[in-house]
Amino acid sequence: MEVQRTTFKKMSLRKFISNKTMAVLAVLLTAFANTSAFAQEAAAGAAATAAAKPVDMEPIYKSAIFYALLFLLLCLFIAIVGKALRVYELTREAQDKPMGINWNAINGSLFALFLIVGLYGVYWEYTVHGNMILPEAASEHGKKIDNMFNITLIITTIVFVLTHIFLFTFSYFYKHSGKRKAYYYPHNNTLEKIWTFIPALVLTVLVLMGFLTWRSIFYKVEDPNNKPINIEITSQQFAWTIRYAGKDGVVGRKNFKLITGLNGLGVDFKDKNAMDDLLADEMVIPVNKPVKLILTSKDVLHSFYMPNFRVQLNTVPGMASFFEFTPTITTAEMQVKTGDPSFKYLFYCSKICGSGHYNMQKTVRVVSQEEYNAWIAKQPTYLTNDLRKQFGLPLVADPAAPAATAAEPAAKDTAAVKTNQLALKK
Amino acid sequence: MSTITLHDTHNHDDHAHGHHKETFLTKYVFSQDHKMIAKQFLITGIIMAVIAMGLSILFRLQLAWPDKSFPILETFLGRWAEGGRIRPDFYLALVTIHGTIMVFFVLTAGLSGTFSNLLIPLQIGARDMASPFLNMLSYWFFFTACVIMMSSFFIQTGPASAGWTVYPPLSALPKAIDGSGLGMTLWLVSMICFVASSLMGGINYVSTVLNMRTKGMDLWKMPLTIWAFFLTAILGILSFPVLVAGVVLLIFDRSFGTSFYLSDIVIGTQVLPNEGGSPILWQHLFWFLGHPEVYIVIMPALGISSEVISINARKPIFGYHAMIYSLIGITVLSFIVWGHHMFVTGMNPLLGGVFMITTLIIAVPSAVKTFNYLATLWRGNIRFTPAMLFAIGLVSFFISGGLTGIFLGNASLDINLHDTYFVVAHFHLVMGSAAIFGMLAGVYHWYPKMFGRMMNAKLGYLHFWVTFICAYLVFFPLHFLGLDGVPRRYYAFTEFEFMQKWVTVNIFVTWSAIIAALAQVAFLFNFFYSIFKGKKAPQNPWEANTLEWTTPVEHLHGNWPGEIPTVYRWPYDYSKPGADADFIPQTVPFSQTMSSNMPHDFEGNTEAERIQNDWNLKQQSLEKSKQD
Repeated sequence: MEVQRTTFKKMSLRKFISNKTMAVLAVLLTAFANTSAFAQEAAAGAAATAAAKPVDMEPIYKSAIFYALLFLLLCLFIAIVGKALRVYELTREAQDKPMGINWNAINGSLFALFLIVGLYGVYWEYTVHGNMILPEAASEHGKKIDNMFNITLIITTIVFVLTHIFLFTFSYFYKHSGKRKAYYYPHNNTLEKIWTFIPALVLTVLVLMGFLTWRSIFYKVEDPNNKPINIEITSQQFAWTIRYAGKDGVVGRKNFKLITGLNGLGVDFKDKNAMDDLLADEMVIPVNKPVKLILTSKDVLHSFYMPNFRVQLNTVPGMASFFEFTPTITTAEMQVKTGDPSFKYLFYCSKICGSGHYNMQKTVRVVSQEEYNAWIAKQPTYLTNDLRKQFGLPLVADPAAPAATAAEPAAKDTAAVKTNQLALKK
Repeated sequence: MSTITLHDTHNHDDHAHGHHKETFLTKYVFSQDHKMIAKQFLITGIIMAVIAMGLSILFRLQLAWPDKSFPILETFLGRWAEGGRIRPDFYLALVTIHGTIMVFFVLTAGLSGTFSNLLIPLQIGARDMASPFLNMLSYWFFFTACVIMMSSFFIQTGPASAGWTVYPPLSALPKAIDGSGLGMTLWLVSMICFVASSLMGGINYVSTVLNMRTKGMDLWKMPLTIWAFFLTAILGILSFPVLVAGVVLLIFDRSFGTSFYLSDIVIGTQVLPNEGGSPILWQHLFWFLGHPEVYIVIMPALGISSEVISINARKPIFGYHAMIYSLIGITVLSFIVWGHHMFVTGMNPLLGGVFMITTLIIAVPSAVKTFNYLATLWRGNIRFTPAMLFAIGLVSFFISGGLTGIFLGNASLDINLHDTYFVVAHFHLVMGSAAIFGMLAGVYHWYPKMFGRMMNAKLGYLHFWVTFICAYLVFFPLHFLGLDGVPRRYYAFTEFEFMQKWVTVNIFVTWSAIIAALAQVAFLFNFFYSIFKGKKAPQNPWEANTLEWTTPVEHLHGNWPGEIPTVYRWPYDYSKPGADADFIPQTVPFSQTMSSNMPHDFEGNTEAERIQNDWNLKQQSLEKSKQD
């Protein structure tokens, strides 16, 4: 009875298999026949029209249906492969042989393969894409940041590679086998202590370095002999306005309630410091001279991002924020270093601010002190005759030509110190 | 604790399960059964995930081919994609809603909601949640939140588009961007519903874990999944209300003319009357939730992977206590690190320094967890079920994404990396990919428990390998865009000369994303097909120790037909030397496993130790006599 039943079972299984195999074969055959038929047709068609005009495949590649069909074909292929695997496994089962495919071995090996290919991929990324990143920092504090970045990169890369080697080799070597039992190893406090202590130690070092660098960037002691150039940057959707402090070295007050079409920043000319402020179309700064950025916003949040100098700070409506840095490489030098004659420094927006967020940029030029002096002398004052009328100030002949008012840098510096002190007293 | 006991007749849960009539409505829609609610959460989560993935493909198309037109987009999106090209403000809407759905609806509700609901009662031995009705409400609030969020695609001004962090003033001023009109209102309302849902869920999880454990299930015998869900729920309860506070203030600013977040604003030349507010306040409130939120997302995934790795490596999880302490450490620390999202907002630099320290400290418990996973795999006997593959994938992503966190947590390095593609790459690996892999591991692993049927393993392998490889291909190159100073949320790279070199990378990334998305079809097919046609699940398909596998395959309200089983041991007795099988379920008393008991099993119970010693001596004398 029992024997009979098993043979019956086997027979039906055989039948089932043969049915399945037949089905698969039929599907494969039709698929093949169809494609070859298509190919023949296409060839015939192509031969017929070749003389007239080549078949324009462009609209076909663009149509979504083409891709949908391609995907369906892929699904069909996967389904056929799946069925074939199933048939194979069933035959093995029917023949009372051990399980058809050892998926544990396959997956384990795939992990090993993934490790090797992955490590090469990481190497490729580091060397190829790693060479496409920003050139060296063009500011004093930027060098510190780059150093720290490199140290962090080395440490993390080592950890990354080692842990992944462990993860995937363990997966490969300890894949399931019926002959073996796993090693019962529930805990080891010494090990836990080691791998708590070592990361803690490494992180302490990183934290200390980061903390000291952070302090050195944001807590600057002002050197009276080397006062920074004050530049105010105002962001709005989707533009920047650059205002230089003028010869007094102080950027005049502003008030958002004074903003009009004419007075786009809302500068308050009751503040005498505002009288000589200059409006610039690009940011030009002398090399090796500290620059203090005063960042403000008219409407929403933006972020002043100047990656070549490792400078970024949000501009916040209602709150001025400050970033002081010293550029060390002129634009011309950087063009030589990068081998790109069209290289230019930029600053742009990096905080989502609306539909024009992706195009909100200004050029930065780092030049020698002489070039800077020549350039700044040509910049127009913010205060135009129209604004003078509005504020009831005496008109001048030609306020847009301030060349005459530009003083010697030394004189300007002392003047700046004085006005600064005055400003402080106020 | 008595460890060698007979089944006592103690019975506190004998409420008769007479088969009161269940209608379709009470069984499948307004169900109060935690298993059904878990499935509701899961399927809603999957649908939302597919939507959010679709959105991501849309904006990836835009990034890869900014100059090409795709007529089909106009067919579906109408004026959002006139001429087959996505509009810049709609691009931002896509990014915003993709982020919101993925973070909140998929990885919070879809992950915690599903597995906390399913596993907490089943693994601690309870008949249901502490409050089944609240549990049902939790799902329906979540569902409402989903519907409201999706409805914003069908209004004139479009969905919220200020980024998933909805920083005001952009999110507060409809004049600044269209999406900040009605779309943003819907976003805020949806978020309030969502928080209500997650609070109801969280309170339920915590009270269930604390009060309804079966006999013998003390806290230190709970599976790591339960620990993770428990701590996640605490995190959620403590941090989500802060988001509501922030959201309410934003609603006031938007609709009632207050100035909590607004000050000194001029749109065009129109001077707004708001004064005295600070946009930074929103960021503090948002990230006070927002940072715990990323741990709300990752901790359940870590819990699931701990369980799955241990079961499939046929080894106890290495350092069970260390795993729990590190989870607790992460929970506590996650509340004091939110400022690392704000290093460059212009807040006081002193705060930046403090937050940098706390942030880098949190890397220590994370590292401990990683090493413990590796130690668990070492000398294991690893079965590569699809769940196991995904759990290993999670560990890999957790390492890769965690390490880049060390860069971003360092305030000085963050200056140049903030809001660039480096950040995008970082959190998509550590939070996106790792958490999704945890969720998928959970789905593959507990599918038999949910639906009583098995998923197809081979399709699972295909799904894993394509997704795993493509996720790396998508996110690894993005780091380098960030290192080149390419900001995130840029509609097109066309306006900057230096970004031109990344266009080919963008095309590559988009193709990888498309392939990864198509691979999900394998999962979706497998998931929905197996519900009806999958192979019937055996009682304990993975040979696991935890309690859920002692419940019948066919669901019943109340989980166990008779008495709830008593727990005698921790859940990780795999491959214990001396035992015949390579697993000993939690319900097996030590009296039945005399040959494999170890001294520390008895936790200092002298009586039990004495009995064991007697048995050992008897065993020795028996062997001696045999040898003689």
